[in-house]
Amino acid sequence: MSLLTAVAAQASETSTSSGTTGEEVLFWILAPLAVLGALGLVLSRKAVHGALFLAMTMVSLALLFLALEAPFLGVVQIVVYTGAIMMLFLFVIMLVGVDATDSRVETIRGQRGAAALAVLGVLVLLTAVTGRAALPDPIGTDEATPDGNVYAIADLIFGRYVWAFEVVAIVLITAAVGAMALTHKERVTRRLTQRELSERRFRDGDPRNAAGLPVPGVYARHNAVDTPALLPDGTPAESSVPAVLVARGAARPAEEFAEDIGEIGPHGQKPSGLQPQGEGDQPEGDATAGEGGPNDDVPADDGGADDDGARPDQDEADGGDAR
Amino acid sequence: MNPTPYLVLATILFTLGGAGVLLRRNALIAFMSVELMLNAANLAFVTFARMHGNIDGQIVAFFVMVIAAAEVVVGLAIIVMIFRTRRSASVDDASLLKL
Repeated sequence: MSLLTAVAAQASETSTSSGTTGEEVLFWILAPLAVLGALGLVLSRKAVHGALFLAMTMVSLALLFLALEAPFLGVVQIVVYTGAIMMLFLFVIMLVGVDATDSRVETIRGQRGAAALAVLGVLVLLTAVTGRAALPDPIGTDEATPDGNVYAIADLIFGRYVWAFEVVAIVLITAAVGAMALTHKERVTRRLTQRELSERRFRDGDPRNAAGLPVPGVYARHNAVDTPALLPDGTPAESSVPAVLVARGAARPAEEFAEDIGEIGPHGQKPSGLQPQGEGDQPEGDATAGEGGPNDDVPADDGGADDDGARPDQDEADGGDAR
Repeated sequence: MNPTPYLVLATILFTLGGAGVLLRRNALIAFMSVELMLNAANLAFVTFARMHGNIDGQIVAFFVMVIAAAEVVVGLAIIVMIFRTRRSASVDDASLLKL
């Protein structure tokens, strides 16, 4: 919001000199947003973020179309671009983009520098040409569209440009059929039965994984799919974490659950000395609690201590199991 | 409002799209950058249509949008197909034609 207000203030500042119009204010709000979205698309590491940034740019452009006396195009921009195309992109990112982080390796030497130089050159050249051209003030489309923008566009599409319209319809149908043909996957082999899959797992795979991969998160303190199971010797079983989480970098690294082990260690050792005391106190405490004597607080405390004594014991047992 | 700021904005967006195509390795992001370039061209078309008081530029922008939709459908299908066979969405990995 602070950005918007700043832009609006700047817009009003610049427009005071040459007559303020709502269009200028709108432009100076939307143009930075559009550029910001484009920058975000180019610079974002993840494809999803890029898609959302691009959607922001497209919505800004749709509003600019409205300001440019093209309401039909503004609506089509939102419906077709942000509604259909970007959603298609998001679906494909969902299918494809698990390992969506871009590699920073330069495959062609000096390609990045040359590309940056070329981009800078194009930017300077085009901006110099468009920025310095003495363009007349717009005539406006009021005269060309006496019945409104939509009627005029319909006249042209179904009149002068009807041939192009038909060709575009053919292109759309061809694209739809082509997409179906490209993504269609013909099954050339028979579908394997569960028995055959199981036999193949024994024959070809690692026999240690014959019963399936280990389950993640089997761990004394932590129960989550991002935590690898511990093998009997205490090392993490890497194959127990889903490959998707590893590819996304969402799996917990080894140091983190090493800290968990450290947390359990002293906790389990400290009360082990108290343990016999707690056990010795327990019958007495229970007896007094049952009688309901005046020192009601003491058994409660004893119960707490007893609890503390018992839990690390359990932890030790679990830890021993896990290891 | 003078059309120059709109044209400069279209120029900047077009250049950023070109930068995305040249600099990014992810096929999806490169593809989205192409869409950004088409959008920038559309903005210039609509600006000029208003400048000349002539609606033909808007028609051209409309056809560009339709063709962009068709292009996205085919392009994304190709990307999905390449990902299926090569397990990667990077433009560097699709190098089977390289000598």
